[in-house]
Amino acid sequence: MAFDYDKWLRPGKLPHIWCPGCGHGIVMKGLIRAMDTLKLKKEETAIVSGIGCASRLPGYIDCCTLHTAHGRAAAFATGVKMAKPEMNVILVGGDGDGTAIGGNHFIHACRRNINMTYIIMNNYIYGMTGGQFSPCTPTGHKASTTPYGNPDPGFDIAKLAIGAGATFVARGTAFHANQIDKLIAEAIQHKGFSVVEILDDCPTTYGRRNKYKSVIEMMNRLKDVAVPVKAAEKMTAEQLQGKILTGVLYKEEKPEYIEEYAKVIERAKAAK
Amino acid sequence: MEKKLPKIEIIEKYCKGCHICVEFCPKDVLEMKGFYASVKNLEACTSCMQCELRCPDFAIKVTNE
Repeated sequence: MAFDYDKWLRPGKLPHIWCPGCGHGIVMKGLIRAMDTLKLKKEETAIVSGIGCASRLPGYIDCCTLHTAHGRAAAFATGVKMAKPEMNVILVGGDGDGTAIGGNHFIHACRRNINMTYIIMNNYIYGMTGGQFSPCTPTGHKASTTPYGNPDPGFDIAKLAIGAGATFVARGTAFHANQIDKLIAEAIQHKGFSVVEILDDCPTTYGRRNKYKSVIEMMNRLKDVAVPVKAAEKMTAEQLQGKILTGVLYKEEKPEYIEEYAKVIERAKAAK
Repeated sequence: MEKKLPKIEIIEKYCKGCHICVEFCPKDVLEMKGFYASVKNLEACTSCMQCELRCPDFAIKVTNE
């Protein structure tokens, strides 16, 4: 039976602005399925984004949404969560928005371990602003600002999040559409800061500069490089060369920020 | 007994012609007709929902009653 996406979509907003074959639509569908599975209430769910292609996502979903300044989704979302801790706060954004312009907000939200979910759609490029290289563009790959190949090594968002202190880190791809909603649902249920990186395709500004002939070729590349964490345990280092691990990469329980902050308020009141 | 066929609805207003549904259909049910995707061979459809799941543009609905 067809899944009824319409009940989560704002009427009259489709078709969306994303290019033909862009994986952001697949991620949005995954997010909608996850929210539906968890039976989240629209008035108790806030989706916060910064600027960019991926950050246009909240405009289409019918719940509490906030479209903020470039890279500042984490800062605004922290405000929402502190003021209304009962809200389910979900952040969405791209790799440029999350790890370059919003890099500081991202790592400090991870460090605080505030109970929110950050979905980063990593398409290796700044799509909306014209295909400039992002911190996730792999070495040697081309962008509008690196026409002879990018000399920088790319960020590993999952490792960055783990290093910064996020307590749930998962990775999926736009090809593995079935897995996206499960990862997001698990991340939303996790108490603490959870990061879900979804590897995505940008056929318009990344694909055509890097000799991908079609969207299908980009999708098949995602299929080829992705290795589930469990399968990777049985593989040798040589076999894992050039592969990207997917699934739940890291999970731990740590004190959550809102609860810790409430304790500070209690202590301050008692100190009078 | 005659096999009950699923209904594949393609919303052309939303379809951007990215070929994802056509390429990832395991039974070769869909084809590109001009700019849009269209149903070529409905009999082969097993309602696996891959096209609906993968369509980035909310343009395909598969119903199986």
